[in-house]
Amino acid sequence: MISELEQYREVAPKGTIDFLRRLSDLVQDKQFLHISAVRYGGGMAEILRRLVPVMKALGVEARWEVIAGTQEFSDVTRRIADGLQGRPETITNEMYETYLDITARNGRALNLDSDLVVVHDPQPAALIDHRKGGKWVWRCHLDVGRPYRSIWSLFRRHVVKYDAAVFSLPGFAQRLPIPKFLIYPSIDPLTEKNRELSRAEIAQGLDRFGIAKGKPILLQVARFDRFKDQIGTIRAYRMVKKHHNCQLVLAGGGVLHDSEGEAVLAEVQQAAGNDPDIHILQLPPEADREINVLQRAASVVVQKALKEGFGVAVSEAMWKGKPVIGGTAGGVSAQIVDGTTGFVVHSVEGAAFRIRYLLSNPGVMTRMGASAKEHVRRNFLITRHLGDHLTLLKLLCHE
Amino acid sequence: MTTTSSDGAFRFLGCSEIQEILGKQAEDERTLAELLEEVPLDSIYFHTHSFFLRHRFIERTYPNDFAEWVGEQVRDHVLAERLSVVDPFEYPSLEALREELISLIDDHLSGLATVPRAGFGAPFYFNRSRILEVPTGLEARTLREFRAAISEVDVSVIYFHVFESHLRLQREENDFSAWIRHGLRLTELADRMKALNPYLGSLERLRSSLLNMCDDQLARGG
Repeated sequence: MISELEQYREVAPKGTIDFLRRLSDLVQDKQFLHISAVRYGGGMAEILRRLVPVMKALGVEARWEVIAGTQEFSDVTRRIADGLQGRPETITNEMYETYLDITARNGRALNLDSDLVVVHDPQPAALIDHRKGGKWVWRCHLDVGRPYRSIWSLFRRHVVKYDAAVFSLPGFAQRLPIPKFLIYPSIDPLTEKNRELSRAEIAQGLDRFGIAKGKPILLQVARFDRFKDQIGTIRAYRMVKKHHNCQLVLAGGGVLHDSEGEAVLAEVQQAAGNDPDIHILQLPPEADREINVLQRAASVVVQKALKEGFGVAVSEAMWKGKPVIGGTAGGVSAQIVDGTTGFVVHSVEGAAFRIRYLLSNPGVMTRMGASAKEHVRRNFLITRHLGDHLTLLKLLCHE
Repeated sequence: MTTTSSDGAFRFLGCSEIQEILGKQAEDERTLAELLEEVPLDSIYFHTHSFFLRHRFIERTYPNDFAEWVGEQVRDHVLAERLSVVDPFEYPSLEALREELISLIDDHLSGLATVPRAGFGAPFYFNRSRILEVPTGLEARTLREFRAAISEVDVSVIYFHVFESHLRLQREENDFSAWIRHGLRLTELADRMKALNPYLGSLERLRSSLLNMCDDQLARGG
């Protein structure tokens, strides 16, 4: 079982694996319970699928429970999540009762005994009313820096009952009377999305998409959403195209059963026109390998969203040795060391200028890509995340 | 836990840091100074000393969070440079370091007609450190063993014995130079390790410097 952690020895920084073993000695036999709304889909579930077995292998009694709900419950929690992120939403008394009822049902069905219980996101947050002991932490993966006030007032009454809250960035947090910790998300270097690929695998992947090999690729991976600003990236590409014979790949999902996504996709397709060097790819949620291929084939990755969560796609691209040109939204600038691992830009023109600079200086591009990979190795891999969780367990359970 | 065992071996200790968000933020330099007055000392520690624990590999333009914010978000390069030369090792306590930082910002603002602010940049968020000491189980009794351990340990070990020791023991000597001096009685090597300035580089660079010093000594038969 210990090999669960040993697999990371080759990719983690020097001394990390032995250090994590020693750190886990401090919390031997402690129980660590994660509770979330889903087991599949999204970065949080992706990381928990790896973190929990690795913690178990280290001697921590780690478990992961997933709440069950109904369609009504999903609708209410979606409204709560949207409201917490600033969208005007209404929760009627009836909806709130549904939320509490389903939560109570889960509270009775789940084994909530643990030394540390980490509850992820708003869906299971009201389970705090059914705590049986131990320390409870609310792990918020959303940006609740500017919530819709009535939703936050309703929801806050649950959050304040926790022993602590964890956010992904300081700006994502709200004023609370409990300790607030900062833990950055992470990527798993051994998953299909991030593992090493052979040249042949990359070439085959590009062939499948009809993308030319040997012509520099500018890449943006983001769902088709107005805030991701694919149109801005097309404008930047056009400014670059006058000087470099390059191609642009805009890869993303999010249009299935989503009228807004469909509208954005149509606008992006219209903006691309008949340019054969612009490739617009609609990818299904499970297209991890395809994203890996595109990120590894890219020369420069652009993540120039106008509004963003933590934006872990930045770390994914950096892990593949690519310089990233990103905006200031969300966690993008927290991942880029400006001028060393890529560039933080504030406009379409800024993005175009930096892309041109990198395409004209392949040596700089290589050097920045190498620094980007090392930066991720030390700051955004799952091994760092594991250390954060073990430290939190030790600090909270021994207070 | 002490850094020396009963038989005189050096015990390597590492550390793990969790960042706590204080919920206080500054958008201009005057607010930065005002909040510097009131935040706990752990926060001063976080934004100066443990800056290096978070930036282990890539060297930043500025050596602490205050200078980095003023330089990169406010774009006030004069104050950023003045904050950069504040070497926390020169101050006997975090309280003294706090006073120096405030006095420096106040002095800078007294010569300006307007208060510089992060117009398009991000605010400064005050955090604080929660540091957990972690025994590595590694010990060294000779310089060769010491060198072997330094080359392999998690870089937080370097941080703990160089940065943390300064505050923990309130002395100029770091744990490594103290043991080399008193345990191995290699005064010249101890003096070189003591003279290392950890604020001029990353922890990985510090590791390389320590290894080079050990190699020099071993080549001379030490």
